[in-house]
Amino acid sequence: MIAYIIRRLIATIPVMLLVAVIVFLLVHLAPGDPASVIAGDNATSDQIAAIRATLGLDRPLWEQFAIWIWRVLQGDLGQSLFWNRGVAELILQRAEPTISLAITTLIFAVTIAIGLGVLAAWKAGSGIDRSVMGLAVAGFSLPVFVVGYLLVYLFAIELRWLPVQGYRPIAEGFWPWLERLILPSIALGLAYLALIARITRTTMLEILAEDYIRTAQAKGVATRPMLFKHALKNAAVPIVTVVGIGVALLISGVVITETVFNIPGVGRLVVDAITRRDYPIIQGVMLVFSAIYVLVNLAVDLSYTLFDPRVRY
Amino acid sequence: MDATAPILEVQDLRTHFFTQDGVTRAVDGVSFALEPGETLGIVGESGCGKSVTALSILRLLPPKLSRIVGGKVIFEGTDLVPLDEPAMREIRGNRIAMIFQEPMTSLNPVLTIGEQIAEAVRIHQGASQKDALARAVEMLKLVRIPDAERRVGDYPHQFSGGMRQRVMIAMALSCNPKLLLADEPTTALDVTVQKQILRLMLELKERIGSAVILITHDLGVIAETAKRVVVMYAGRVVEQAEVTALFDAPLHPYTRGLMASIPRLKHNRARRLAEIPGIVPDLRTPIPGCAFAPRCPLATDRCREAAPPLEDQGSGHFAACWEAGRA
Amino acid sequence: MATAATVVTPLISTRGGFVRFARRNPTIVIGGAMLLVMVFVAVFAPWISGDPFTVSPVDRLKPPSFADFFAAGKIDRFGTDNLGRDIYARTVHGTRISLVVGITVSILATLIGLAIGLAAGYFRVVDAIVMRVMDALMAIPSILLAIALVALTGGGIAIVIVAITVPDIPRVVRLVRSVVLTVRERPYIDAAISVGSPSQKIILRHILPSTVGPLIVQATYLCASAILVEAGLSFLGAGVPPEIPTWGNMIAQSRLFLARAPWTIFAPGACLALVVLSINLLGDGLRDRLDPRLARRM
Repeated sequence: MIAYIIRRLIATIPVMLLVAVIVFLLVHLAPGDPASVIAGDNATSDQIAAIRATLGLDRPLWEQFAIWIWRVLQGDLGQSLFWNRGVAELILQRAEPTISLAITTLIFAVTIAIGLGVLAAWKAGSGIDRSVMGLAVAGFSLPVFVVGYLLVYLFAIELRWLPVQGYRPIAEGFWPWLERLILPSIALGLAYLALIARITRTTMLEILAEDYIRTAQAKGVATRPMLFKHALKNAAVPIVTVVGIGVALLISGVVITETVFNIPGVGRLVVDAITRRDYPIIQGVMLVFSAIYVLVNLAVDLSYTLFDPRVRY
Repeated sequence: MDATAPILEVQDLRTHFFTQDGVTRAVDGVSFALEPGETLGIVGESGCGKSVTALSILRLLPPKLSRIVGGKVIFEGTDLVPLDEPAMREIRGNRIAMIFQEPMTSLNPVLTIGEQIAEAVRIHQGASQKDALARAVEMLKLVRIPDAERRVGDYPHQFSGGMRQRVMIAMALSCNPKLLLADEPTTALDVTVQKQILRLMLELKERIGSAVILITHDLGVIAETAKRVVVMYAGRVVEQAEVTALFDAPLHPYTRGLMASIPRLKHNRARRLAEIPGIVPDLRTPIPGCAFAPRCPLATDRCREAAPPLEDQGSGHFAACWEAGRA
Repeated sequence: MATAATVVTPLISTRGGFVRFARRNPTIVIGGAMLLVMVFVAVFAPWISGDPFTVSPVDRLKPPSFADFFAAGKIDRFGTDNLGRDIYARTVHGTRISLVVGITVSILATLIGLAIGLAAGYFRVVDAIVMRVMDALMAIPSILLAIALVALTGGGIAIVIVAITVPDIPRVVRLVRSVVLTVRERPYIDAAISVGSPSQKIILRHILPSTVGPLIVQATYLCASAILVEAGLSFLGAGVPPEIPTWGNMIAQSRLFLARAPWTIFAPGACLALVVLSINLLGDGLRDRLDPRLARRM
């Protein structure tokens, strides 16, 4: 098993390397001189020359890449042009809100989606099924920021149940932390929820038609254990796969959600970098988020052994 | 209840399937009875309604597609047809258990076999997880799975087909059921294993004192195991008799056709297998006469117009055929 | 998986007529009708609404009013924004950018993806390299890739279209490749190879047709997601320049007034949701009809 994990980790290296190449080339092959792009519109030619020298832009492309990737491997994602600080350090500072938001969203979306998907499959063809599937289509169609503002308007401005925006570190107390994450999690999680609910329903429909479900019923197993113990465990592999793929939705959504709810996380860091043309930050966050996506999906692959005894590595 | 009262009495059972293309009369007025501890065989070609009959007794058919539209299933004096789901669950796996045809797909691949056997014990006898697992080991020993203490934690894919069917038997008998429904229990197995499984099942049935309904398309299996036989065709019972009487003098042309299709290696190697010509009728259209008439060599106009009732043709040998007397 | 390369069933059978088609495929008809209305609005925007750019400080943040709804020169049908601009006119004009981006991206991504996918699926040499690159592109969060492109080049609608198309290409490539791999195994392909058909001919005549059904379905979903991403990019300030009325820009510019003037956000927000919903409904209907394999999987 451990040997397998190591082999799989090694296998992600080419993909990560290609990601790095793409991220690197994006700056260096984009129209215009990266140094002047980075320096901004009002920079003098001296400033541009200085930037060119610090970034090593006068060297051949492959050499620049080699230097850059070597630094990245040592955890050096470059310097922010605006903050005058290391990109890695900035990302770490902003990590807590983003990780908090990701975890609450994951818990909210996955539990509700699986519950709804199982219910819809069990009541296939009924009004409940149709409503759940309708909700799923709506979930795909409603933009994160529209849902976000709608929730803020209803629950924060009109009803005053929850704070409008912002973030409190968990160190300042669980409820102040959680109450500011409820609305962002719902807004961010809706599309993810729809995706998982759909795959849960489809997979469960297939599994409920299997012989072993009939065997369980012939044994006198009640409906709930039949659904959640006998059927859902068999449905786990496709569901977990989609949970992993859907992390891409979450990562894109985080950037928008943090803007809507004014959460000082990694997503906001990127958005603020757009207008400041703080290119190293965008590059660094791209690399980190891509690595997270690749690792999450590796973890998903490895988790198959937990759910299906027939999978052995 | 006196000792000879039947443990199960199926009266005029009708189970229909409702699909977009119409109503399929899968079971169309089936009656038979079973004494405690008796082994009853139900034979017929695939699609004749024998499996649906068994599933109807346990009410395990898909509720949206099918319904028991008439008849009674009287088990230990109570009619099961009107019972609600919780009451049925009390019976399933406890007093009536079932073994299915496909051991490869009938066990849950992600649960250990120990858990799958123990579950029924926990549900019906309120046993603790520990006691239920102990019972599972005991049952595995009973069905002669070697090294039961260790194998109780294994998953179905770690067993062969024959071994899985032993597990299914262990699971079915774990709560000492009064009635065991065995739906083609050996059909999917290797010929060499079939006999072992059949013998094991009947031996354990004697030990526990269950009655058995053995469903099969194989008259040879019936001949070795059952006391009485019900022959089904197109959702109806066409003949019912003691095994010896049926084999000595089959009365219904369909039964005779079935018997002719058993290969008899002892007698004549060269004799070709006789097949019944024609196909099973479409059950979506009501059949006014005898359902077998289109394939029957003896059919008359009367057979095509009126369905023959199942009548005693002498000494408990029933047949539903206008021409039962003619050989 | 015999259905993997379904022959495209005729979308509207000649027998039966429209009513029967509508009854069997309600989502195609509802989604299609809603989309047609939106296309109409986009095409005739200048004729059915006023000027989206006129600033009118005296009319700032007026709530929607339905009195004299069809009166010419009325600017507060959907209310006005913080500069006194007509939200109805801006929303109607916003339809144009959304649809242009959505449709262009889905066509571009499909065509490029199809070409790469056919090559990857048919020529094994290309496959390994192309698929690794596609894996890498899939791993990069699409919105970040778009943000990076836009931030580097300064934005504009063409850049936005490119930025949204690039991350969509791998999705099309994967789909096409999977169809090609299934079709390749069919005996008639072996037959075609054995009689010496050149590979372009095999691809064009035998493989391409099988990809059409799944691709139409995929293109519909890509169109919906492209519209969402464009709005998201505009909202973040990394999209179409802020002076152009797009739904994302409108929402971004009005977010500070949410408490006082919620209509400034909900009018464009509702339109955005409606367009995406209609395209997704259309996609679901087409999927059930054209690609049963995908329907099973989704």
